[in-house]
Amino acid sequence: MNVHEYQAKDLLKAFQVPVPRGVLARTPEEARQAALQLGTWPVVIKAQVHAGGRGKAGGIRLASSEAEVANLAPKMIGMTLVTPQTGAQGKKVRMLYIEEGLPIAKEYYLSLVLDRSRNRIVAMASTEGGMEIEEVARKTPEKIVKVAIDPAIGALPSHGRRAGQALGLNGEALSRFVGLLSALYRAYVGLDASLLEINPLVRTKDDRWYALDAKVNLDDNALFRHKNYLDLRDAAEEDPMEVEAAKHDLSYIHLDGNIGCMVNGAGLAMSTMDIIKLHGGEPANFLDVGGGAGVEKVAAAFKILVADRNVKAILVNIFGGILRCDTLAQGIVTAAREVWGKGEKIEMPLPLVVRLEGTNVDQGRKTLADSGLPIIVAADLGDGAKKAVAAAKGVR
Amino acid sequence: MAVLIDRRSKVLIQGITGSNGAFHARQCLEYGTKIVAGVTPGKGGESFDPQNGKPKPVPIFDTVEEAKRKTGANVSAIFVPAAFAMDAMVEAIDAEMDVVVCITEGIPAYDMVRVKRYLDGKKTRLIGPNCPGLITPGECKVGIMPGYIHKKGGVGIVSRSGTLTYEAVWQLTQRGIGQSTCIGIGGDPIIGTGFVDALDLFNNDRQTKAVVMIGEIGGTQEEEAAEFIRRHVKKPVVAFIAGQTAPPGRRMGHAGAIISQGTGTAASKMEALKRAKVEVVKSPASIGEAMAKKLRRGRARG
Repeated sequence: MNVHEYQAKDLLKAFQVPVPRGVLARTPEEARQAALQLGTWPVVIKAQVHAGGRGKAGGIRLASSEAEVANLAPKMIGMTLVTPQTGAQGKKVRMLYIEEGLPIAKEYYLSLVLDRSRNRIVAMASTEGGMEIEEVARKTPEKIVKVAIDPAIGALPSHGRRAGQALGLNGEALSRFVGLLSALYRAYVGLDASLLEINPLVRTKDDRWYALDAKVNLDDNALFRHKNYLDLRDAAEEDPMEVEAAKHDLSYIHLDGNIGCMVNGAGLAMSTMDIIKLHGGEPANFLDVGGGAGVEKVAAAFKILVADRNVKAILVNIFGGILRCDTLAQGIVTAAREVWGKGEKIEMPLPLVVRLEGTNVDQGRKTLADSGLPIIVAADLGDGAKKAVAAAKGVR
Repeated sequence: MAVLIDRRSKVLIQGITGSNGAFHARQCLEYGTKIVAGVTPGKGGESFDPQNGKPKPVPIFDTVEEAKRKTGANVSAIFVPAAFAMDAMVEAIDAEMDVVVCITEGIPAYDMVRVKRYLDGKKTRLIGPNCPGLITPGECKVGIMPGYIHKKGGVGIVSRSGTLTYEAVWQLTQRGIGQSTCIGIGGDPIIGTGFVDALDLFNNDRQTKAVVMIGEIGGTQEEEAAEFIRRHVKKPVVAFIAGQTAPPGRRMGHAGAIISQGTGTAASKMEALKRAKVEVVKSPASIGEAMAKKLRRGRARG
């Protein structure tokens, strides 16, 4: 789960990670008030969208007076921000975060991330603040400092001293960095984060540290013990179809292609996308209906696929295990009748290719055959992909 | 021989009275698995009725330790909700079960970080979480896979996926190729047993003549497996990597299936495996055929 910068900073502040003072604004007037409330100049006006790379796209502006804020804020609220992370369509700015400007001495990079193969939480730091860490890793990997923290012992001052020294720090700056890293580790664990990234982390001229930007990804699996996180979700930042799918507890990701896919199991769903592409087609989505899906959930999934205007054909690929083929078939028939009418003979506006295998496959096939729906039956995975690609191209 | 479980395995189910646990306990019993105990805290002394009258009811205990002491169980399958899974795993590890299979999906990553660290130096082998479990066809099923698609034989399967594994198994069985043991290692970022450990088991197993490995995007496990295969594995390996068309930065259903900061792409994994002389198939529909060819070639060479 992603959150906005202002939310990320609120979360970190609770763990004593130092962040600049800031106020959220939803209108130009609120922005002006916010700047006055901060009481120091300059202030930084920051567009709040779920994407990085805002600075270069004009989403972060400096203002040195009330007049400048009054001039900039109306232009920024409502603007569509296009960054390398938003995709070509960009993201609409609905909120601004007004923050105090700081006397920056130098920018750094600091993040905490899980090293999956070593089972350690790794602090990554670099003197190349403001640059994307992937780029630093590619061009100057020697400038990245990594300190692995054993979850059995947690972050200790020695971890911070090691990382800080490698960044060339000493004196007050080093000792404060040690405190910062410990605070950040406590936040990582306490928040059930999957990524904490401070880029840039800044050292001010009086050797204090501030998280100038903050990216926090929260572990979706841990939401059950952080009920307040649901309030942090901003549905406007997410794809509307993905929001709809999430309501039905469906694992769905919207893509650009024209073949809608319904599959059970994440691995099979990914490989169904792969095989569609291998046969020259483009998947419109990733969709795992899950193991425990009932008729209603399958029907909800089917409706989401049909609602995607790009979709020219649908491929249902089910290997029944816990999800039984007869349940699946019943769900499809129910949804098709709800969407396309209840008559004896249903005209389907979209070709529907179905491949069923596994538990109760015979009953499932019979349900589909008896339904009167003009379903294209596929013998196996390869056959299903071929038929779906052909159907999407209008070849029957 | 097979690996991890066989007809002698005595299985206990943690969470046997929950709807998932009860359903799959019945399915496993029907397959012939020796389920000797159930564990549900607060329900010790009761028994679990498989409903069809036979086999006989399974005794339920309050703790894994008691269940093991009284029944000799050596394998545990965990079906408890995600919020209780860490506790269930640690209880089974403390009871020194040989094998613990955690089916539960949706466990917080940090819980698994702690469990995995706790496993260091312990005798228990943990499979999963977020996995379909284990099956040694014809002998023992400790998992949620449909039993009938399997056939006893010589191909070991190790996979991060559930239904995609069934797909691969079905392709093999339809071609008359049986399986030694199928290991679903799970789709989470932190799992008890990875590809390298599973490959090591298959490499040392006399029944296993060849291995199918099914990976997916996210992490670097497949790259590490490629290195291990290059150094140690003499048996033929066929591999498929799911997510060749997955967009970066998105979690593809499995918590662990995400290309992040440029690492974990399917291309990188496929390349590494090819360098290790693994037969990497691009299409998930070609896994069975590729293995059939490998085995034919092997036999021709004698």
